[in-house]
Amino acid sequence: MRGKWPAASLAEPAPTLPKPAPPSLGGLFLGFLTVGLCGFGGVLPWARRMVVEQRRWLSPAEFTDLLGLCQFLPGPNIINMSVALGARFHGLPGALVAFSGITVAPIGVVLTLGALYERFGDHSVVQHAITGMAAAAAGLVVATAWKIATPLGLHWRGILVAGVAFIAIGWQQWPLLPTLLVLAPLSIALHWRAP
Amino acid sequence: MNETLAALGALFGQLSLVAVGGGNTILPEMQRQVVDVHHWMDARAFAALFALAQASPGPNMLISTLIGWRVAGAWGAAVATAGMFGPPAILTFCTSRAWERFRDRPWRRRVQAGLMPLTAGLVMAAAMRLALTSAHGLGPAAIMLATAAVLLTSRLNPLVLLALAALLGALGGN
Repeated sequence: MRGKWPAASLAEPAPTLPKPAPPSLGGLFLGFLTVGLCGFGGVLPWARRMVVEQRRWLSPAEFTDLLGLCQFLPGPNIINMSVALGARFHGLPGALVAFSGITVAPIGVVLTLGALYERFGDHSVVQHAITGMAAAAAGLVVATAWKIATPLGLHWRGILVAGVAFIAIGWQQWPLLPTLLVLAPLSIALHWRAP
Repeated sequence: MNETLAALGALFGQLSLVAVGGGNTILPEMQRQVVDVHHWMDARAFAALFALAQASPGPNMLISTLIGWRVAGAWGAAVATAGMFGPPAILTFCTSRAWERFRDRPWRRRVQAGLMPLTAGLVMAAAMRLALTSAHGLGPAAIMLATAAVLLTSRLNPLVLLALAALLGALGGN
């Protein structure tokens, strides 16, 4: 997930406040439902706001730690976060409830948009609007690529791996799975002794 | 029909498990499979669905839901969504307890450090493929570059930019 949009409100809660009771199943569902609905253009900042500041289910440090797991594992970070948090408080039912909460509203919205597009997509105005939006969506990914690539700095190992991955997938359009099966172990081995 | 559903589930299930560092890394492969291998739609339609997924709340990998819907209706949407979000969710559930034990191990940091540049290269590849598909002509190219520039220099919500781009596209095309 990108960026920190609601950053203005990211003030930490006062450390003296007592920790509230762990959330109920209903609370988990409602909490993640709200995050799913709010999270236009990046859900993670909203999740942090809800989990750390508003409901105080986790301390800031606990949240950062859990985010570490979610970023280590494959898949959308926010989905992993909902599952990990639900499991932490209520085991399997908690994971299922939190997962449903975070996914149900976005799926509803995206299907509505898809249905509207199917219905009105033939109009030239809609087509032009979608062309503009697709260009902006490409711009979002360009910005994300920039944000991920710049902290790598100018180290030859990182540049080499990123460059080979870019050429293999972006330019040569090789299949991803075999490419990853070769590149991932190679990159991990290259970085094994790096600080 | 069942074959299509199986293909959808297998495709997104596989992709979901290699989406290290977020969904954008698997976009080029998704486009290659959906457009060139399975011929479910052309590249422009793929880019349009991706734009709709970006305009929705939640992870942009909801494009899987839209692809499934378009290819095989409601069941297609259900299977594609479950394929995209199910495997990582199960993996997270199974490892979240063990995280305490392996988060501070050196191998965990080393594996993550090794995957970082790979993620960067893959997201750059995704940006290039999308640019090649969506930034045809002066107008769309300008919109793409302006969107990226604004996002990198301000905290504007991306939804505002998508809406503006839709408006510009609608006005400019007529």
